Amino acid sequence: MAVKNFVVGLFDDEAVLFPAVKKVRTAGYKLHDVYTPFPVHGLDHAMGLRETSLHTAGFIYGITGTTTALTFMSWVFNVDWPLNIGGKPHFPLPAFIPITFELTVLFAAVGMVMTFCYLCQLMPGVKKHIFHPRQTDDKFVMVIELTEKSNAEEIKRFLNEAGAHDINEQRAEAGWWYGRYDKNDEDIYARPANA
Amino acid sequence: MKDQFVVPARLKKTSFVLMGVGLLTLLIGLIAFQGENATRFWAGLLQNSSFFLLITLASTFFIAATTLAHGGWQIAFRRVPEAISMAVPALAAILFIIVMIIVFGGKEHIYHWVNAHHVAEDKILTWKSAFLNKGFYTTATVLTLGLWIFFTLKLRNMSIEEDGWDLKPETGRKLLWRSTVWCGGFIVIYALSVGSTTPWVWLMSIDAHWFSTMYSWYTFASSWVSGLSLIALFVIYLKKHGYLTYVNEEHLHDLGKFIFAFSIFWTYLWFSQYMLIWYANMPEETEYFQPRVWGEWRPIFFLNLLINFITPLLFLMKRDTKRNYTSVAFIAVVVIAGHWLDFWQMVGPGTYKHLVFPWYELGLGVGFVGLIIFLVANALTKAPLVPKNHPYLKESIVHHT
Repeated sequence: MAVKNFVVGLFDDEAVLFPAVKKVRTAGYKLHDVYTPFPVHGLDHAMGLRETSLHTAGFIYGITGTTTALTFMSWVFNVDWPLNIGGKPHFPLPAFIPITFELTVLFAAVGMVMTFCYLCQLMPGVKKHIFHPRQTDDKFVMVIELTEKSNAEEIKRFLNEAGAHDINEQRAEAGWWYGRYDKNDEDIYARPANA
Repeated sequence: MKDQFVVPARLKKTSFVLMGVGLLTLLIGLIAFQGENATRFWAGLLQNSSFFLLITLASTFFIAATTLAHGGWQIAFRRVPEAISMAVPALAAILFIIVMIIVFGGKEHIYHWVNAHHVAEDKILTWKSAFLNKGFYTTATVLTLGLWIFFTLKLRNMSIEEDGWDLKPETGRKLLWRSTVWCGGFIVIYALSVGSTTPWVWLMSIDAHWFSTMYSWYTFASSWVSGLSLIALFVIYLKKHGYLTYVNEEHLHDLGKFIFAFSIFWTYLWFSQYMLIWYANMPEETEYFQPRVWGEWRPIFFLNLLINFITPLLFLMKRDTKRNYTSVAFIAVVVIAGHWLDFWQMVGPGTYKHLVFPWYELGLGVGFVGLIIFLVANALTKAPLVPKNHPYLKESIVHHT
């Protein structure tokens, strides 16, 4: 985690935001992130984000659930405590299927939710910098990272031309830290940038 | 933009060759299956005609269900399910002739409840005779076939008529309102027929002593997932020949998701029917699964599950396979073949008992495929491929999953 310098611009409309995102990438600026009040279709493609691997994780969690259910039930009814239930065999596969299915779904669902929270860095007690309070309300917020190669004034001009307003420069922690949103612990920014 | 379909000579030739194979098989069957063996002759016809009628009818259901859900994504290729549903009248007529001969032909090749003496001596059949009798069978068949044809033609005619309207907000609202009303009517009829009575009388009454409340839904799931595959196949064919400009991977992706989801839905119903009977283990219920699970049909029983559940599940799980024309075409063929197999094992063990190589049934199936290609290709030429006045057309063009 590191404190970095950013140039932040606000957009009112996704129709203006989309071309701006494309222009940022062709201009070669480092796009930190775009915050939108609702999911915007196709924005991930425009930003050049790679396809998520969440579904692969889901598949792995799913088959883990399947094997857990099947091995546990077979162990219980064949090795640990064999019982004669209604004259059925000790490995009654049809009777195992509903539980296997449920456990597959449970593992996949819970695992994917947790992986999703991990990937998005969401957790009680985890705090992140908010670039603009209205980024979850009605504004689209584009954040461009300042690097050694880019010039703040130039990016500001660029954002202005692309249709942004309320353009400002911010020094902020790029990652997450332990904290609470009702407590002010912005002393974290006292650290030098890019250190 | 190519908006008007012209049947390529190759497709026409293929459909004629396939129909020729079907007719030839029918003739050979007529000669080969005489006397007692005539059971197989009629069972093959019943299996194929009901299967192919139900999978073309699934297109009408597709139109009705997506319209009621106010779906917009399917409008760019809506003329394809419309054209497939145009095969319903001809297939319904074929099925009607076949079942009427089976019921009124004076033989008990397929349904043993048609014999009045037999019913009188049989307590179960006597008790069921209020339902399983020739009058009810005929009434139910005539009613359902008639209503299916009526609604199918109505939906198609409305859609073509709307091409001539002016594009105005009022006409758009009128279009949506009346198609919602008519589709709602069809859904009710479809639920009461395919979702309830029709599979009971046509197919479940083969095993007249046996019953299953899951049977109709199970048959519906089978026909619906194959119907979706059929729609996907025609969409891919048209796309590959330069038609359906507005259809792209996004629409194919949604069709693929449908095939994936309803393969699992089919398995759910298949298993629900099987598990309850397996658990209760009552002779009058397990009798149905005896030849299928422990008899000669055992390999088919498990092959059914492999083709219709495991294959689509693993194959369509990945996003890329649902977005590739070739791979969706492949799995669509597999699914249709798999559910044809499903219908085969629904009809076969109760009629001609023994597991045989299904050359006759396959031959007839090929004939029906040819007939469907011929009818659908013909229906596709009758109207532009894009319903240009539909209010949701734009939504379909910009569709993004």
